[in-house]
Amino acid sequence: MEEQLASVSFQVPDMTPALPEIFVLTMACVILVVDLFLTDRNRVITYLMSLATLLGAAILTFSLHTGETVLSFDGSFISDSMADVLKFFIYLVCAAVFIYARQYLIDRQLFKGEFYVLGLFGVLGMMVMVSAHSLLTIYLGLELLALCLYAMVALQRDSGIASEAAMKYFVLGALASGLLLYGMSILYGITGSLDIGDIGAYLAAPGSSDNLALMFAVAFVIVGLAFKLGAVPFHMWIPDVYHGASTPVTLYIGSAPKLAAFALVMRLLVEGMEGLHVHWQDMLIVLAVLSMAAGNVIAIAQGNLKRMLAYSTIAHVGYLLLGILTGVTTGYAASMFYVIVYAIMTLGGFGMIILLSRAGFEAENLEDFKGLNERSPWFAAMMAILMFSMAGVPPFLGFWAKFAVLEAVVRADMVWLAVVAVLFAIIGAYYYLRIIKLMYFDKAEETTPLTSGTDMKLVMSVNGLAVLALGIYPSALLALCAGAMATFGG
Amino acid sequence: MVSDLPLLSLIIWLPIVGGIVVLAASRGGNDNLVRKLALGVSVLTFVVSLPLYGAFDKGTAEMQFQEMATWIPAFNINYHLGIDGISMLLILLTTFTTVLVVISSWEVIKHKVAQYMAAFLIMEGAMNGVFAALDAALFYVFWEAMLIPMFLIIGIWGGARRVYAAIKFFLYTFLGSVFLLVAILYLFFQSDSFSILDYHALPLSMTEQVLLFLGFLLAFAVKVPMWPVHTWLPDAHVEAPTGGSVILAAIMLKLGAYGFVRFMLPITPDASSELDWLVITLSLIAIVYIALVALVQEDMKKLIAYSSIAHMGFVTLGFFVVFGIFDQTGNVQGAALGFEGAVVQLISHGFISGALFLCVGVMYDRLHSRQISDYGGVVNTMPTFAALMVLFAMANAGLPGTSGFVGEFMVILSAYKANFWLAFLAGTTLVLGAAYTLWMVKRVLFGEVKNEGVANLKDLNAREGVVLGSLAVLVLLLGIWPAPVVDVLHSAVDNLLQHVVISKL
Repeated sequence: MEEQLASVSFQVPDMTPALPEIFVLTMACVILVVDLFLTDRNRVITYLMSLATLLGAAILTFSLHTGETVLSFDGSFISDSMADVLKFFIYLVCAAVFIYARQYLIDRQLFKGEFYVLGLFGVLGMMVMVSAHSLLTIYLGLELLALCLYAMVALQRDSGIASEAAMKYFVLGALASGLLLYGMSILYGITGSLDIGDIGAYLAAPGSSDNLALMFAVAFVIVGLAFKLGAVPFHMWIPDVYHGASTPVTLYIGSAPKLAAFALVMRLLVEGMEGLHVHWQDMLIVLAVLSMAAGNVIAIAQGNLKRMLAYSTIAHVGYLLLGILTGVTTGYAASMFYVIVYAIMTLGGFGMIILLSRAGFEAENLEDFKGLNERSPWFAAMMAILMFSMAGVPPFLGFWAKFAVLEAVVRADMVWLAVVAVLFAIIGAYYYLRIIKLMYFDKAEETTPLTSGTDMKLVMSVNGLAVLALGIYPSALLALCAGAMATFGG
Repeated sequence: MVSDLPLLSLIIWLPIVGGIVVLAASRGGNDNLVRKLALGVSVLTFVVSLPLYGAFDKGTAEMQFQEMATWIPAFNINYHLGIDGISMLLILLTTFTTVLVVISSWEVIKHKVAQYMAAFLIMEGAMNGVFAALDAALFYVFWEAMLIPMFLIIGIWGGARRVYAAIKFFLYTFLGSVFLLVAILYLFFQSDSFSILDYHALPLSMTEQVLLFLGFLLAFAVKVPMWPVHTWLPDAHVEAPTGGSVILAAIMLKLGAYGFVRFMLPITPDASSELDWLVITLSLIAIVYIALVALVQEDMKKLIAYSSIAHMGFVTLGFFVVFGIFDQTGNVQGAALGFEGAVVQLISHGFISGALFLCVGVMYDRLHSRQISDYGGVVNTMPTFAALMVLFAMANAGLPGTSGFVGEFMVILSAYKANFWLAFLAGTTLVLGAAYTLWMVKRVLFGEVKNEGVANLKDLNAREGVVLGSLAVLVLLLGIWPAPVVDVLHSAVDNLLQHVVISKL
């Protein structure tokens, strides 16, 4: 103990790697204050400042990116390629969320500063999660994000269903955090360190894993992670929260936090506990198979699009885990690619719900998509691209995501798992096709034109076309992920 | 000079880009412009595809018109195109049939014309891509991508049960394809390459081969389709608009057969040899049992759909009978006959089934019924049409002098070398095929004028005449003088059979 204390220097740590985090924190506080002095009419300033914050953070992250791994704050903060890439996509996805949400929030008198301030604090939480290199920082980031999300779900104060969802989310989320914390504490007890690097070194030593307590630690950590990711059987909160929260909040919860959760898995399981790969691999296989099965099968029975996409998320988490459980660099890169692709597709999927909604009307039932091809061929095509992509049909981006993880699984000599995965993909294709069927084969019941703003329509089009364009040329994104994962795995 | 152009890329991307242009042009609301544009694109694509035949070198088994570019280095996936005699013929069939489809739907499709035309053009590009791809991942991308336009074509412009048929079509073929994906990924794992030609030389153990064989079989058998995974086809055919049926029968089924040639036989020769009885049995069931099923159909489209399944049974039989012949004679040359017969059958069936679906379409456009019982005595009011339809029906029954005879004869002849009973069962098609086709023709075309509707029928207009007439010429040409088709096949088939008979163990 004394030795450890002595090693703590009281010099100011190198702040440079954390500049984006500091910037987002500062701006979030500034926006919070500025927003107090704005009337509802001028609220657009909050919106623009939030977008500017994300842009500024992106510029900072980009200019600080060296490709080198830099540790700071006594090893509890890390800046590496993975962190930079994931942060960049977090900014991008959140900016799109803010743009998608604007008109929807205005129409429902929800266009308040809180949404943006909480959103930015959530971004900060995700950034900390992505860059955390000690159990404490990980937990700090996780809770910062989780608390923002709880509050955002409850933002619609008068809605019973939203309050119920927020409560459910809070209770289950707190339980998950508790379990994760419990696993971390056992880990700390055994290895004597909070630092991910030290834990990794300790567990990599031969013979160190013959410890029953360690198995408990792994199990608790995985349960916690599975909760956050939404893997079966720890998925119960996802459908209710997705359904209960207002759509922009669902959009927020469903997209960027998954990027951060992926980073969490990489830091804890891979950097910290790669020595225990044989043990966590089996657990992840069970989680992956159950998630693919339950997610895809239950989604068929949903009549509410938000619930359907919630179950589709669960299924996607199953595929995402496939890459990680192989325990090799290419597998991690495949999973990272999957999670980024997933975020882009989900963004479009929920964005479409917002696009079809208008004041006093929530287009969240499947029937609301009926005959969309008559009303707007362009956006029907965008939605079709997204749905085919989610189903994993080439030439869209989602195909390459499935391709990458399946390749990793086959390479790890688990062909049976690949076969199971594709079988559930076929079941999954059915409910995505049903949306296409509604849009293209059915007559429109609703003939009102779409009322969304130009910014929303523009971003939506970019989103859909990106899924097509990146599907035709996925190389750059694949290479980005491979580069980011180069330092992980043996 | 011509061969300096990237012809294969052109015939893939020209229709796809053309399809997008057609969609964009529809904003003006001028459907006639859209139709002309679509026709222009399809004719241009056909013209561009002609030099493939003209500049084709019959003397080599090497892939020709090759194009190669790095696509996804992370997985060593290349944009690698190239064709041999077999794929060249199928590409020509595709580009030609698409022109016919565009013409045949000229006034028939009034609803969302641009989307209809664009779907066919984009699908044409994807199908050409399948035939031209020499990279397994590229092949798979095109293979799946073409499902999307066909799914929309059936679902949007189809008949009463179109939604059921469209979803069944998509899920069925998707089910088969994903096993192809796993098989390809396994081959990539073994060879670190997605090049199909590399796979041909890749040594594989018997267990690996059998598993890969089953994966391929699932993927391609659904597409061909073979009994018992054929049930999507009658539904899809009946509900699809005429153009969709034509493309389905003339091209899409050929893709399954093409998969056997490009993947299954050369990559898993030992498993194919070991399990040839399985495919042969399924083929014979298709030839005999499905023909009997065709006999009792009340719906003309369904009848032709079942007849397609039976005819495709000949193709798979021709492919797999080579092992029996090789065992009997030890001679590759004898086996080549059956194999070439199967490929000729592919082309011929493309013409005949396309023509028959167009004939049904002609009648359906006038009376809005596909039921045999609603017709009778059509020859009295539509003599030209009746003459052409009788020709196509005869060709479907395998009458000598038509293209239908050539392929079937070659396959039966070579089946005889393998086993007498095989040839005998395959030969029953000459009886059964004649029975179901001619009986349908008799009930529809001949006899008394059945009702008011038939009495008021108008004979073919110029547009329909051009479409059916050109097909009739081809059916006769291929039947009387098949050499131009068979000659380009020799090198490719010989080379393929060399791969097939050499053990990989």
